[in-house]
Amino acid sequence: MPIKKVMKANEAAAWAAKLAKPKVIAAFPITPSTLVPEKISEFIADGELDAEFIKVESEHSAISACVGASAAGVRTFTATASQGLALMHEILFIAAGMRLPIVIAVGNRSLSAPINIWNDWQDSISERDTGWIQFYAENNQEALDLIIAAYKAAEDERVLLPAMVGFDAFILTHTVEPVEIPDQEVVDEFLGEYVPKHAYVDPKRPITQGSLGFPAHYMETRYKVWEAMENAREVIKEVFDKFEKTFGRRYHIIEEYKTDDAEIVLVTMGSLAGTVKEFVDKKREEGVKIGAAKITVYRPFPIEEIRALAKKTKVLALLEKDISFSVGGAVFADTSRALINEKEKPIILDFILGLGGRDVTFQNLEEVVDIAKKALEEGVKEEVYWIGLRKEIL
Amino acid sequence: MAESPFKADIERVEKEYSEKMTPGAIVYLPGSSVINKTGSWRVFMPEFHKDKCVRCYLCYVYCPEPAIYLDEENYPVFDYDYCKGCGVCANECPTKAIVMVREKK
Amino acid sequence: MEIPENVKKRLSLPFEENFYAGHTACQGCGAALGLRYVLKAYGKKAIFTIPACCSTIIAGPWPYSAFNAPLFHTAFETTGAVISGIEAALKAKGYKVKGEDGIMVIGWAGDGGTADIGLQALSGFLERGHDGLYIMYDNEAYMNTGIQRSSSTPYGAWTTNTPGGKKHFLERRHKKKVIDIVIAHKIPYAATASVAFPEDFMKKLKKAQKIPGPSFIQLFAPCPTGWRSPTDKSIEIARLAVQTAYFPLFEYENGKYKINMPSTKKEPKPIEEFLKLQGRFKYMSKDDIEVLQKWVLHEWEELKKKAEVFG
Repeated sequence: MPIKKVMKANEAAAWAAKLAKPKVIAAFPITPSTLVPEKISEFIADGELDAEFIKVESEHSAISACVGASAAGVRTFTATASQGLALMHEILFIAAGMRLPIVIAVGNRSLSAPINIWNDWQDSISERDTGWIQFYAENNQEALDLIIAAYKAAEDERVLLPAMVGFDAFILTHTVEPVEIPDQEVVDEFLGEYVPKHAYVDPKRPITQGSLGFPAHYMETRYKVWEAMENAREVIKEVFDKFEKTFGRRYHIIEEYKTDDAEIVLVTMGSLAGTVKEFVDKKREEGVKIGAAKITVYRPFPIEEIRALAKKTKVLALLEKDISFSVGGAVFADTSRALINEKEKPIILDFILGLGGRDVTFQNLEEVVDIAKKALEEGVKEEVYWIGLRKEIL
Repeated sequence: MAESPFKADIERVEKEYSEKMTPGAIVYLPGSSVINKTGSWRVFMPEFHKDKCVRCYLCYVYCPEPAIYLDEENYPVFDYDYCKGCGVCANECPTKAIVMVREKK
Repeated sequence: MEIPENVKKRLSLPFEENFYAGHTACQGCGAALGLRYVLKAYGKKAIFTIPACCSTIIAGPWPYSAFNAPLFHTAFETTGAVISGIEAALKAKGYKVKGEDGIMVIGWAGDGGTADIGLQALSGFLERGHDGLYIMYDNEAYMNTGIQRSSSTPYGAWTTNTPGGKKHFLERRHKKKVIDIVIAHKIPYAATASVAFPEDFMKKLKKAQKIPGPSFIQLFAPCPTGWRSPTDKSIEIARLAVQTAYFPLFEYENGKYKINMPSTKKEPKPIEEFLKLQGRFKYMSKDDIEVLQKWVLHEWEELKKKAEVFG
């Protein structure tokens, strides 16, 4: 029987890793993710998890050791955030290019400078072009579930791409919530053992991995990653179906909330979705036709799902804790790509908010709705807005 | 004349060689370099004088390719398919049994 | 090929080739020869990790491979970390790593990839005590990118970024003693070796296999392209590096230093003999040569003292 425990998202991630039974874990401490490997160390120390834990000297080496171990044919896990993920950057490409289904738990945190340890999504958003699948969790239960789902999708023969699961720094990493821990046997049955057919360093089968790719071949390797990421769309849906059947919890690529007759839909990711849904309830009581949508799978980007959502509404208001300077948020650029050639499309507005741990309040969301309404009535004047900016100190 | 140690490999690689892109661009064919005949790089070639050879094998030991193997009588055989003509063998030969000469092509 | 007994006796190298011809190393490449020796020593019992360096090219572009052994190419600075991961994975899979018939997990990186950009990952690998072997093939500069100085480039050497001009002249720093940094980790086994002395190198490779924990070998590997030396002189230069005590052969085993043959044989030859065969040293003045000679002898005395006191 699954048990319920009150825990932080970091612990939930450690539990997910324990249940997935990785053979090699390599991690380096960083706020706010440190508790994940700490907890895993305890599991190993107590004999509850049989894995080699390499206490590396940097995040760069953490992911490099995972790459080596994954290439040698075992399931691997690591956790990091912010500067740590940024330090892993070049190796993230290598993991994807070599098609190694490593899973990273990311405690989403801002990037320096100035040094800031609090939440936004700039770290994992900045890795969106590395070829990694990306999930974003709304709460601690999702952090646990999505890590297990991530392994299932990543290791699928049609995919074979690494995956990261993001959950917001402090808002989730350090906040306790009740989390249901599935039974080990059920997870074992769901995931199965990782038996790679394509890549494993083994003296009995002398293969060469990662060799120099000349212009005559390199592009095809990139196309293979593209193809795998396309395949991941269908595979993730299958995984979510199977997940529901196995564990009873339903996940969607995009989770819609009261969108059917909504004139304005607030689109967001991560823990902010909880706040937004509550806000939608409040506005509905006031008679405003408003809905919410939560992007759970950010890579592969849910193009079809965005198109379906766009058909239902007049304004897509994107709430983003990340910024691509001179463009707006990354989700804004991606959503625009999804809708650019649609005959009829809603107004798309981008709201940058909550950077570096700035609280996102109902008052901020009111402001978003006001801007959206105004755009609907008077036309679009601007596309990107900074919400909650302290103009008085600028 | 003894056979090249790579004879079987050349046949295997020629048969199995493929440019079909594998996931992760993995090379499943070990030693596939043998179909790359680096002998075409050569400007000077080793000329072997059997009468001076004392079969010390230094040429065999120091060949970076390797493009030297031994025949039935343990004399060195130069594999001109791969020999790039670096001349290390001639330089190390204690009896000057190997001389580098400009190759006529 | 049948190997007659008398040949086997006279030659302590195994005949089996697992480093295949058709590789794309330059003529007279010391690194290629080094790889051939290592693959001979371990046969199919080795797993290689190579960072982005000359050896990436030597091994061949996709879909070629000169290796008849598993080979993993990785980023420049990650060799130490990747071999840590491979070792951990193999152990988790139940393989015997190191020891008499165990699998050798080998990192093979150049001096830049080891002493400079890879130093941190190397330190982690050594400090954590993984059962692996790290071989630094030392060609004393970034050769793959086109001969830029590394911390392993010697005093007085020409490289493309120590070209010498009207104001500044050649490399002005002495070669970094990376092996001393390695030994500071107090690992069980570290050694220097040279492609000119393959039997000594073979012995050291065998020792590295036998002794558990991390091992490190710094292999002197001439680069005719980067050293502006004739391609046929590679072995001669490597031999002179040892004979002049510029690159003495020694071992550090469980806290004890031992100088190996032929470094024990005679007094060091003058450093000019090593320098004169290489175009990279041709701009050195008499004073420069003296500076280098003094340094070489000082280092040599220091090593002899260590062997005397901790022998």
